[in-house]
Amino acid sequence: MSPETKPDFLINPEGLRIDGRRTDEMRPIELKVGALKQADGSASIRQGNTYILAAVYGPRELHPRHLTINDRAYLRCVYRMATFSVPDRKRPAPSRREREISMVIANALKPALFLEDYPRAVVDVFIQVIQADGGTRCAAINAASLALADAGIPMRTLVPAVAVGKAEGKLLVDLGDEEDKYGGGDVPMAMLGTTGEITLLQQDGSFAKEELVEAMGMGVTAMKYILELQKEALKRAYTKKGAIEGEDDEEYEDDMETDLGEAEIAGEEDE
Amino acid sequence: MGDYSAEVISHIDRDYVANLLDAGKRIDGRAFNECRNTEIELDVVAAKAEGSALVHLGYTSVIAGVKVLLGEPYGDSPDKGVMMVTAELQPLASPLFELGPPKEPAIELARVVDRGVRESEMIDTKKLCIEPGKKVYMVFADVYPLEYDGNLIDASSLAVAAALHTTKFDEYKWEDGNAVPTGKKLDLPIQNSAVEVTISRIGHHLVIDPSLKEEMVQDCRLTMAIDKDDKLRAMQKGGGSGPLTLDEIEASMTMAIDRAQDLHKLIKETIKARKKK
Repeated sequence: MSPETKPDFLINPEGLRIDGRRTDEMRPIELKVGALKQADGSASIRQGNTYILAAVYGPRELHPRHLTINDRAYLRCVYRMATFSVPDRKRPAPSRREREISMVIANALKPALFLEDYPRAVVDVFIQVIQADGGTRCAAINAASLALADAGIPMRTLVPAVAVGKAEGKLLVDLGDEEDKYGGGDVPMAMLGTTGEITLLQQDGSFAKEELVEAMGMGVTAMKYILELQKEALKRAYTKKGAIEGEDDEEYEDDMETDLGEAEIAGEEDE
Repeated sequence: MGDYSAEVISHIDRDYVANLLDAGKRIDGRAFNECRNTEIELDVVAAKAEGSALVHLGYTSVIAGVKVLLGEPYGDSPDKGVMMVTAELQPLASPLFELGPPKEPAIELARVVDRGVRESEMIDTKKLCIEPGKKVYMVFADVYPLEYDGNLIDASSLAVAAALHTTKFDEYKWEDGNAVPTGKKLDLPIQNSAVEVTISRIGHHLVIDPSLKEEMVQDCRLTMAIDKDDKLRAMQKGGGSGPLTLDEIEASMTMAIDRAQDLHKLIKETIKARKKK
């Protein structure tokens, strides 16, 4: 339900956006690798109010068999929105929009993968949008790319993605829901982290050519930033164990100091 | 334990679980009447859903979201709103779940959780009527398992109950043949609460809150929806065709009622902690 109303303006007189961001400012992004324990690989992303989970299973046997590709693995992406993720309840059956987005996400991720290493198998990427607040296909790619890495699928690179758009004549990075609905255009894009090659590009609304080139430039800058966030998230997930061991060592040393009575002296100095 | 990527289990695994139970132990070290760590997180879909909760039951996790819509009442209850639970077993949650239209397990899950809500009269649907025969509130509680490590029913029922208890939705009133928003927010008319507790029979042992491995070797399970006054409001025997003796059923009820009290308390405390924030 929650009836939505069109905001009076998308950019205020001070040049700030509806949520207080500058035109080239992203929403806060929180990436978590290994969010789901049952999956071979998984990741979650919070980008503003958008919240998405991605799980990867495989490489594994492909059912139904007629989908088999003889010289490489089949990458099956499934993008689904929870019924409660949007203002009106989404009907539970997969929509045409969900099917299309599933396809473009698969195409965005495929060039990053060595699918030829796993002929006849399937790599499943399941994406569940828990809360949708704009930019879900791009956020989904950001998470799915991390989930693939977490599953240990051989990859050439991570794939960052972002939507650039337009409102009131100004180009905006990382569109929010209202900006997407009431703004003047939307350009979701994804690229290969290492080469900068674009693997997803869609557009709606109206853009002049120069405008679109500028928009894509802003997108690439934003995606480079997201790529760094993705790398950090992966490192966090895989260095955690070592870091904890390190902490244990420190505690062990502290214990030694306690035995020697040094900790108390240090404590007094701190005060 | 073995590989659980298919719905088969080897005799060795089955014997292993059964022999341990004979020795008075469960594979994860729990007592027979001990549940896994249970946590409720509220408002996980705060910006879009009218109510939501994420429940962790050990390594099983489930998200429930509530949407409140306007709709026409059913012909046989023109003065009552609609309350419905649905569930989907998305392949994201487990290698056991496949793509495609809902199969029996998903349908059973949704219907059993729905019955807990319906039969306990958790929501006073008469208060969900805006104009008899014309407009009522329709409350959908939709369940999405995120990780499946056994006992989805209990986790889902707890998530649905917690989400319903914390739902806030827009009030509408009937004016000149139209439902118009008043700008006020309403709580759902909660008049009771029920949680579901599942007991699994493996051989002649009864264990509460079965993990996935236990579910795979169980003879059957018994799920009970228990309300605040320790009344049983719904039951479902499923999860296999193994029979239960009357003694086993009674023992299951005792175990379940104890657990239900803890769960009602957990819901209450979680909501209390949320109000303080």
